[in-house]
Amino acid sequence: MIPLSWYLIFAAGLFSLGLFGVLARRNAVAILLGVELMLNAVNINLAAFWRYGNVADMTGQVFAIIVFAVAAAEVAVGLALVISVYRSRNTVVADEIDMLKW
Amino acid sequence: MDFLKDPLKLAADWLIGLMTGWGMPEGVATGVAAFLGIFVLIAILMVIDIFLVWLERKVVARFQDRIGPNRLGPFGLIQPFADIIKLLIKEDITPANADKVVYNLAPMLSMMSVLILWAIIPLAPNILGVDLNVAALYIVATGAIGTLSIIMAGWSSNNKFALLGAFRQVAVMVSFEIPMVASLLIPTILSGSMGMNAITRAQYPLPFFILSPLAALIFLIAAIAELGRAPFDMGEAESELISGYNVEYSGMKFGMFYAGELLHAFTFGGFWGILFFGGYGLFGLEKLPALAFLDNVYINMLTLIVKAVIGYWIIMWVKYTMMRIRIDHMLAFNWKFLTPLSFALLIVTALVHALAKDASPWVYGLSMFLSNLVLGWIVVEFLRRYSRAEREKVEGPAKPAMEAAGH
Amino acid sequence: MTTAQIIFLVVAAVTLASAFMVVTTRNLIHAALWLVATLFGVAVTYALLDAGFLAVVQVVVYIGAIAILFIFAVMLTRKEMRDQGPQLNSGWWISALLAVLTFGGLVGMLWGWRGMDTLASEMPVGFDSINALGDALISPNAFVLPFEVASVLLLAALVGAVYVAFNPRSGDSRK
Repeated sequence: MIPLSWYLIFAAGLFSLGLFGVLARRNAVAILLGVELMLNAVNINLAAFWRYGNVADMTGQVFAIIVFAVAAAEVAVGLALVISVYRSRNTVVADEIDMLKW
Repeated sequence: MDFLKDPLKLAADWLIGLMTGWGMPEGVATGVAAFLGIFVLIAILMVIDIFLVWLERKVVARFQDRIGPNRLGPFGLIQPFADIIKLLIKEDITPANADKVVYNLAPMLSMMSVLILWAIIPLAPNILGVDLNVAALYIVATGAIGTLSIIMAGWSSNNKFALLGAFRQVAVMVSFEIPMVASLLIPTILSGSMGMNAITRAQYPLPFFILSPLAALIFLIAAIAELGRAPFDMGEAESELISGYNVEYSGMKFGMFYAGELLHAFTFGGFWGILFFGGYGLFGLEKLPALAFLDNVYINMLTLIVKAVIGYWIIMWVKYTMMRIRIDHMLAFNWKFLTPLSFALLIVTALVHALAKDASPWVYGLSMFLSNLVLGWIVVEFLRRYSRAEREKVEGPAKPAMEAAGH
Repeated sequence: MTTAQIIFLVVAAVTLASAFMVVTTRNLIHAALWLVATLFGVAVTYALLDAGFLAVVQVVVYIGAIAILFIFAVMLTRKEMRDQGPQLNSGWWISALLAVLTFGGLVGMLWGWRGMDTLASEMPVGFDSINALGDALISPNAFVLPFEVASVLLLAALVGAVYVAFNPRSGDSRK
């Protein structure tokens, strides 16, 4: 069968790709896409630890569901902010949103 | 007697035996047999789909006081095959600057989102793809793939009308998903399971449309919106958007959207039957000693198919008698009326279930039905006052004579 | 190699490849569609882990709501369908280095851990993880408080998103 390490390495790869997206992308929407990848990587870990630990203890799955809720909230507010910024500044490039910089 | 009780297992065992006899390892043989099963199911569905086209055309003709297809074959039965030949030999157009991969993927996803629904439909206790324990949520999940296919079609066509249609359709589908989930949770509460087989079994002796008529109604409305059929066909809206998200598609690619929609309507008719009308059961008739011969796999399958056709007919009935609703009215109807109602119903059902679950089935059924009735009456009363207030805004205070005349 | 291992490797490869496309594609709509492929791969991973509920919720929440929201946001924040200019910022190679280092660090840290080669125990016969999950979510001894807090968070996010994205100039044209 599949050892636990496979899932963990898979999740680590997904997390790193998401991290790269967050750090390197210019578009604010694309940065949020990277955040989603990272959250999914975390969720794979939670589900894997649930399955490979004590199955009757549902903590891993419950945590994953809370992460779902947080991800949905994060995307809703994040994209609303992006759209709002786009209205006032006419750009979604993260570098150009520098009103608080001096 | 296995042939009468479990034909699917019999066929699978025979196939696996045959293939292992040829020297195939048993794991591979099982996989091939499962694949063949899926293939046969999809082939049967496609044949049903062809006749759904005929049925739809014939029924709409009767609704509109016409005869419908009647030239090719008896009752025009060969007409759908002529339609298919026409679709196949039509020119396959891809618009300039269209996103080709996405454009070609969208019809496939649309068809797929319907076909994978049949994995969980129990045609009989043992004739089903998989008895998933999250089947009720699975219905919603496949709807998500359908939504995706529509936005892909609308965007990749590189056409303003297609994009507008896709936007509207997706807005409707995403919003009506919420009452649909709430109404799917009610059979889940009543049966204590999300599995289709368990929900079907729990409907003996009382089918859920008696226990919760409101939920059945909400599910039907949400399903029609999910299908994008009139009166919720905002995405297509021939008179405003030409044809909406599928305007650029021609030939068989359009055919996939069209056939997918018909099969989707038929499938949701089937789900309506499974969730609220006892699925493959004959309302308890087959449990009577005198009618025990009805408790048979083939009768079960026939029962479910008949229920699905009746559900499909009701969806058609609604489609061809109602006008299209304006988009903002449609969304207001969902968010300000259907969603609160479905949540209120969910709370009431859960409460009544918690209070009465230990009582006898008749007390339980009666209290469920009465609570639905009371909630329905409150809603109708509320709607009556609301519509009167709205009318008075436009026409001034109502005259007593009009009141008496029932206006 | 067993069948499960082959399925896992194929799914993981497809998921990681589409995740790579998410962070590198120029066309943002394509990035969002690649995200859908990634999310689908993750859903299959949940199914392989016997977490059927998570798999279905992943499709409903992520593909049905979040990915669609992304596609809408991309369409609403662009004047034309095509992207111009570089999609990655000038220091992208530092980010790439950092990502590789993170991956190396995570794997290296896990390498010495003795639990790495654990195999999954058989699912107990008759154990229904949906029932157990439902009980855990609403039982006062377990997770009812986080569950309620999550619902409050969702409500706050709903109100906040509506307030932030609401455009007062176009909002009351009908009133």
